[in-house]
Amino acid sequence: MAGERAAPQDLWALYLAFNRLALQGFGGVLAVAQRELVDRLGWLSRAEFLEVLAVAQVLPGPNVVNISLMIGDRFFGLRGAFTALAGMFVLPCAIVLGLTALTGQFLHQPLVAGALRGMGAVAAGLILATGLKLMGGLKANVLGRSVSLGLAALGFAAIALLRLPLIWAVLGIGGLGMALAWHRLGKD
Amino acid sequence: MPPPPDLLSLFLHFLSLSLLSIGGAITTAPEMHRYLVGQQHWLSDTDFTGSIALAQAAPGPNILFVAVLGWNVAGPAGAAAAMAGIMLPSTTLVLAATRWAREHQQARGIRAFTQGMAPLTLGLIVATGWLLAAPYVAAPEHRLATLALIAVTLALTLRTKLGLVWMVLAGGVVGALGWV
Repeated sequence: MAGERAAPQDLWALYLAFNRLALQGFGGVLAVAQRELVDRLGWLSRAEFLEVLAVAQVLPGPNVVNISLMIGDRFFGLRGAFTALAGMFVLPCAIVLGLTALTGQFLHQPLVAGALRGMGAVAAGLILATGLKLMGGLKANVLGRSVSLGLAALGFAAIALLRLPLIWAVLGIGGLGMALAWHRLGKD
Repeated sequence: MPPPPDLLSLFLHFLSLSLLSIGGAITTAPEMHRYLVGQQHWLSDTDFTGSIALAQAAPGPNILFVAVLGWNVAGPAGAAAAMAGIMLPSTTLVLAATRWAREHQQARGIRAFTQGMAPLTLGLIVATGWLLAAPYVAAPEHRLATLALIAVTLALTLRTKLGLVWMVLAGGVVGALGWV
């Protein structure tokens, strides 16, 4: 962690932060996590967020859940990891199961289907915006800007256009990135 | 008659998928469908897709769709069994790996890993946004309106500090009115 960066004061602040970002996460939490942890709270820089996300992404489990564990652990150890996890899950879980119990049968009505479609399109836009914002985080990357953007474009093409299984993108493009980074780091 | 759901099998099924859920639990959804709908007949096809749609629309991490599936199979106990199964192995591994990596964070290998993986991660985020948008854009009757909605979302997110939740709720209203 950079020395001057903001940090949660206590476990309760950590819980509330993750609770707040989870409750804003309709259609996914990643965009909100970036906005809250980097832009609003300043607990991580964009480059740090991208690094945490890179690790969270290749480990099993949802990336946002892994992010909550890693960031909680970073600030308060094991207690922090479980506090952040609880913030992410307790209230949203109660809400979604409450909705399941109450409204399952309304899912296919046109009004509800239309609302879900509108929310889904916005959620897609939020994820795209998150990607555009995080490009700033690549500036500090040891690979340099053009190589980084080239690898990112390859990753996009592999998953979005060619629909390759994730494991091949990780082994191929991730492996190439790691080999290049290993080489550059050796020159320092 | 399908066999009554048993909680231990449910738990073990999700436990076995946990370490495979690289890129998020949604990547193992086809396997969950094969087991819950095809093999055990605990859920209908409609229950299955409805569970995922509901969890996507509700606040919180998308992995909560696993809790909804468990609930629809066996009520509250089913939700608990499914979530415990999908979370336990991956959570343990992530914590162990995080701590190990932090102790060795200046090692060349660790730095090469985080720096080398970052561009791919960024590409994957944009790909996720693309794939989420694709089904709406593919339907000709919704194409222009959803593209406009996505463009407005992008502009508002990048240019303003407007809370993201308001944009999603506005999207829901616009959708319910039948405009997209």
